[in-house]
Amino acid sequence: MNRWLKYAGYAALALAPVAAFAAGDALQGEVKKAPLNISAIVMFFAFVAFTLGITYWAARRTRSASDFYTAGGGITGFQNGLAIAGDYMSAASFLGISAMVFEKGYDGLIYSIGFLVGWPVILFLVAERLRNLGKFTFADVASYRLNQTHVRILAATGTLVVVALYLIAQMVGAGKLIQLLFGMNYASAVVLVGVLMVLYVMFGGMLATTWVQIIKAVILLSGASFMAFMVLASVGFSPEAMFSKAVEVHDKHAAIMEPGQLVSNPIDAVSLGLALMFGTAGLPHILMRFFTVSNAKEARKSVFFATGFIGYFYILTFIIGFGAIFLVGTNPEFKDAAGKLIGGNNMAAVHLAKAVGGNLFLGFISAVAFATILAVVAGLALSGASAVSHDLYASVIKKGKADEAAEMRVSKITTLVLGVIAIVLGIIFEKQNIAFMVGLAFSIAASANFPVLFLSMFWKGLTTRGAVVGGFVGLFSAVLLIVLGPAVWVDVMGNAKGSAPFAYKNPALFSMTLAFVTTWLVSVMDNSKQAQEERKLFDAQFVRAMTGIGAAGASKH
Amino acid sequence: MNEDVLKRVQQNPKFAELVHKKTTFGWTLSIVMLAIYYGFILILAFAPKSLGASLSGGVTTLGMPVGVLIILSAFVLTGIYVRRANTEFDQLNQEIVEESK
Repeated sequence: MNRWLKYAGYAALALAPVAAFAAGDALQGEVKKAPLNISAIVMFFAFVAFTLGITYWAARRTRSASDFYTAGGGITGFQNGLAIAGDYMSAASFLGISAMVFEKGYDGLIYSIGFLVGWPVILFLVAERLRNLGKFTFADVASYRLNQTHVRILAATGTLVVVALYLIAQMVGAGKLIQLLFGMNYASAVVLVGVLMVLYVMFGGMLATTWVQIIKAVILLSGASFMAFMVLASVGFSPEAMFSKAVEVHDKHAAIMEPGQLVSNPIDAVSLGLALMFGTAGLPHILMRFFTVSNAKEARKSVFFATGFIGYFYILTFIIGFGAIFLVGTNPEFKDAAGKLIGGNNMAAVHLAKAVGGNLFLGFISAVAFATILAVVAGLALSGASAVSHDLYASVIKKGKADEAAEMRVSKITTLVLGVIAIVLGIIFEKQNIAFMVGLAFSIAASANFPVLFLSMFWKGLTTRGAVVGGFVGLFSAVLLIVLGPAVWVDVMGNAKGSAPFAYKNPALFSMTLAFVTTWLVSVMDNSKQAQEERKLFDAQFVRAMTGIGAAGASKH
Repeated sequence: MNEDVLKRVQQNPKFAELVHKKTTFGWTLSIVMLAIYYGFILILAFAPKSLGASLSGGVTTLGMPVGVLIILSAFVLTGIYVRRANTEFDQLNQEIVEESK
């Protein structure tokens, strides 16, 4: 009963933007595009005030390291599902995928499918073993029966590299977005994001980070649902009518209804598919979420709900992108003198918000986009901080003998340092082409983190030597192949088109295979005494992974 | 976990049953998902025009329902797994845990 009341509460939250729309409609026509978007700023600050309130509440409940890293393991499957979906529905995927649909039609759908299909596989093979074996970070799992020091150094390196790339991409995105949406300057926007990120994580830990993520997921899904609803309403709820309107006005016409250039090269396509699928299973800030629920049952439920929300979200972005083709693309109000979309194609969803809901709804969607960035960077910072304090400080430097207070102090200091680094890098990379960074983060996650994590759970023969050598080979080969590939060699370094030494945009097919083969080969050849011990420990690990006997439970509050 | 508990679990025929059921089911569903996705990728790579065929004479192409169905299949497959794991497997697991004490 109680649970249904809670669901009813989420449903009520979901209806809130409809009310906001009713008010927004009345404003339409009077307010011209102002350089400083007041309604957006007001709504954004309302979000910030509310989430800081949550942070204050969470800070009073965050006492132990377990509270800080995993919210004491007390998050339910449904809540965690929303939070995972929130981590995944970044501003980049909301604006980026709808922009891709706006520009290329069907290709946008192909891209989003790649992001989704990793989730079922994570559930079937990884989720519950992860929950049963781990405590705070995925390194707990990877190093379960291996040498703590070496494996944790590898895992922490993989985590920090992925977190850094992802953070830079989010910071630069945030700065540019805020410039466009709020009329604020780039540097102050980056500083604002960095400061809020540090506040959420440092004081509220995982509890605050999770709730910020949940709230954002709910408002993003509600806002996007409303937009998709308005698009469908404008065509009498007929997909055929929506598609024919879009085909009529899009300059590619019927070509937007079928696969285009995205998957013209099969090897690149398979490689991208691998990076998206297994990269998801190697993203540290996502893996960390599996430790916030109380047991394997809740971990499974999290993935079920997350898959549902993410799938629904991608269907919405598809409708939004198509709607933008005929509601935004034909409207001169949203175009500059050259006939291009104001602010670029990434603004398609934002312009659509104004087209269907007036200025107030535009403000709402702008605030949601900003909130999305905040929630995602908070998750990233927490994950980076855990890698430093739990893996490097407590396990490597203090050999597992650190006291909890000191460990938490280290993670808070790390959060602060990460905040400063994120702000500085965000400002340095302002004018750089950073499109490759998220792809690189996924490739590294798939090539360095995933093989070690996967083999540690599934293969008795894995040894420390194999894991460390294979993991680093995966990491370096992913970086090297991206740098030599067209995404960096041509697009960033400005070399001639077609001159890249490595022909494919996505290295995962090669770097991940290389990591697996190296790990296997080195492990098989490793006949040291330590390796034999490690193989013997597999049986106990397997029983715990399967049954949950001895797994870290939820702390009592 | 102490040695006795480990032995008792390993020797419990229910444990072998759980491992067999869970592993078979998990891998089967994974292979189904991978087959659906990479089947789609291969069609994209080698016969993209087939997805551009009109669905029923209008502008809507075959690719549209196919794409939406893949998204739905991901959700349905997770649902199927969670349903069986949270009832049958967890029941079996509970018995193993009880008997190991």
